[in-house]
Amino acid sequence: MTTPLNTHLNFPAPDDFYEALIALHRDLTPAQSELVNAKLILLLANHIGDPTVLAAAMAAARARIDVTAQSPDQN
Amino acid sequence: MSADPVDYQTLVFPYARSSDQQASKPVSHPVVIAGAGPVGLSAAIDLAQAGHPVLLLDDDDRLSTGSRAICFAKRTLEIADRLGVGQRFVDKGVTWNTGKVFLRDDLLYSFDLLPERGHRRPAFINLQQYYVEGYLLDRARELPNLEIRWKNRVVDVKSQSDGALIDIVTPDGTYQLHCDWLIAADGGRSAIRRALGFESKGQTFRDRFLIADVRMVADFPAERWFWFDPPFHPKQSVLLHQQPDDIWRIDFQLGWDADPEVEKQPDRVIPRVQALLGKDAKFEVEWVSVYTFGCQRMEKFRHGRVLFVGDSAHGVSPFGARGANSGVQDADNLAWKLSLVLAGKARENLLDSFDVERVQAAEENILNSTRSTDFITPKTAVSRAFRDATLELARKWPFARRLVNSGRLSLPTMYAHSPLNTPDTASFAGTMGPGAPAADAPIRINTAPDWFLTQCGNEFVLVTFLDVGSLSLLTPAALASLASARVPVRLLNVVPPGTRPHAALIEDADGYLAQRFDARPGTTYLLRPDQHVAARWRAFDVDAVLAALDRALGQAERTP
Ligand SMILES: Cc1cc2nc3c(=O)[nH]c(=O)nc-3n(C[C@H](O)[C@H](O)[C@H](O)COP(=O)(O)OP(=O)(O)OC[C@H]3O[C@@H](n4cnc5c(N)ncnc54)[C@H](O)[C@@H]3O)c2cc1C
Repeated sequence: MTTPLNTHLNFPAPDDFYEALIALHRDLTPAQSELVNAKLILLLANHIGDPTVLAAAMAAARARIDVTAQSPDQN
Repeated sequence: MSADPVDYQTLVFPYARSSDQQASKPVSHPVVIAGAGPVGLSAAIDLAQAGHPVLLLDDDDRLSTGSRAICFAKRTLEIADRLGVGQRFVDKGVTWNTGKVFLRDDLLYSFDLLPERGHRRPAFINLQQYYVEGYLLDRARELPNLEIRWKNRVVDVKSQSDGALIDIVTPDGTYQLHCDWLIAADGGRSAIRRALGFESKGQTFRDRFLIADVRMVADFPAERWFWFDPPFHPKQSVLLHQQPDDIWRIDFQLGWDADPEVEKQPDRVIPRVQALLGKDAKFEVEWVSVYTFGCQRMEKFRHGRVLFVGDSAHGVSPFGARGANSGVQDADNLAWKLSLVLAGKARENLLDSFDVERVQAAEENILNSTRSTDFITPKTAVSRAFRDATLELARKWPFARRLVNSGRLSLPTMYAHSPLNTPDTASFAGTMGPGAPAADAPIRINTAPDWFLTQCGNEFVLVTFLDVGSLSLLTPAALASLASARVPVRLLNVVPPGTRPHAALIEDADGYLAQRFDARPGTTYLLRPDQHVAARWRAFDVDAVLAALDRALGQAERTP
């Protein structure tokens, strides 16, 4: 199956990226971290732009998550 | 803007007994409209202008209590022009095109809703609903074939194959009427909808808004100002709008836990307004109300001989000003179709297209309104996080500004998939495709400046774009075929700017018309009586025009 989302390794230095991602959240409260994550997603999503890539990424991110396993935070 | 000599808010319309109330069997009327709100009044005027006898019933004897709707969109003004009240709306209303969005103390961005020149009407005016209804009513009363009965409450309806039987309660007791067609414009709590066992389904948003009209002399500009999390009303949103007569509309978001009764009290309202205006500001609170908003609609707007328009058919939150504006467009869409059916010039199935087109419009309005409400009132922690992140990013980056949603303001629906459209056979640039509402542009008729849309509407209009020196694309034979069409078609011949004036020609004063319609010499548009595009071609062909006309009348195949 072809997907518009590039899921092959695309980082020149994967460990550096991962370390930077964790470091981004250093000393932040959970609420601050949530804000930073949200901004990061918005910035990257706009950079990508292509709705088919974004939809594929969203679907991949949500795949195999069991919605019934936890109580919904809706309300 | 001076105060209007008529105080529309205090007008009371006397109940008068009708001879129908004494009749031994129900008197029959061709068209009964229930509800003299902005939508029922618009439909009544439209049908009466077309010459039909119209009976309008209202359960009350006054205009809208409090301002309610204040933002009236360009398309509504264009419809109001066709109904003869547009200029009064604009003269009295506060014209605005600019919106500003603030985060806390800072201006995030501003937007211009009408960045183009060459339109008669602005993007929006603000005008209290009681003026809108009052001006429509003044116009309605000029029409001798339009009868209004106040204090006539529709309490029951029985739908029949040839119309409906209506039970009406008056101060003198109950009576019954028959009508061939019933237009239900009786608002969000429609008694007709209930009587026929239909529902308007959707969702209610878990939030409350304090809507205050405040009288004061202030020097805020005539713009729409929307704050997220302002220091004077932390964690919530506030919307400020100017109305005529030094009245200002302020919407304060309160959250779901607010107690609506308590929040309406002056000792709660005044400090909130002072927080915005400053401690020393002088103002009077004219009207306050606390609202919870929702989005809902009926599944279908046509049920045989009963047609639902406005809030009875659908409801939206006010962010985006899509309630009254879309309701008036329902009336605009319905009136010409019903008029042709009443006149025996179109079959009843033309009214199915009212359902298709206005359900599509309602879906669009509900989608936009729901998205705005989700942004203004995030439902979950994570949606709040994305909302706040978007606002923070919007300080710096334009892309995020485009995600900020303080209300997507009412635009007319493009009926792109309407069964009445004839699909394009040539390619065109721009937005004037089949189903689109015709754009306006400055024109000249015999050197006198005018506007294109004043020449369109009420009838089918065939617009042909001519070359310099040409007087018509139509041969005498083509003219004769058009004249024999089932319905009248008015011809508009458009010539380029600077062409020698001629009474039978419309000069495209600044070239905007050809630009907006992507027209070249030979380009031909067929416009419906509601000014929407039915079909267009690169060259005139009378058979194609007649076929498109049939299609726009709900007859896909031409019947000889
Ligand atoms: C705070 C607020 C702000 C708003 N702002 C905007 C805005 O800026 N722009 C916008 O476009 N919309 C706005 N709206 C929405 C707008 O007010 C409504 O969409 C609009 O009034 C709908 O018009 P209508 O004619 O369908 O119904 P209504 O205005 O509700 O009129 C219905 C009429 O029917 C009569 N009636 C009711 N029942 C019966 C019966 N059984 N028999 C006979 N008559 C009956 C009523 O007396 C009334 O006259 C706002 C609404 C609110 C509450």
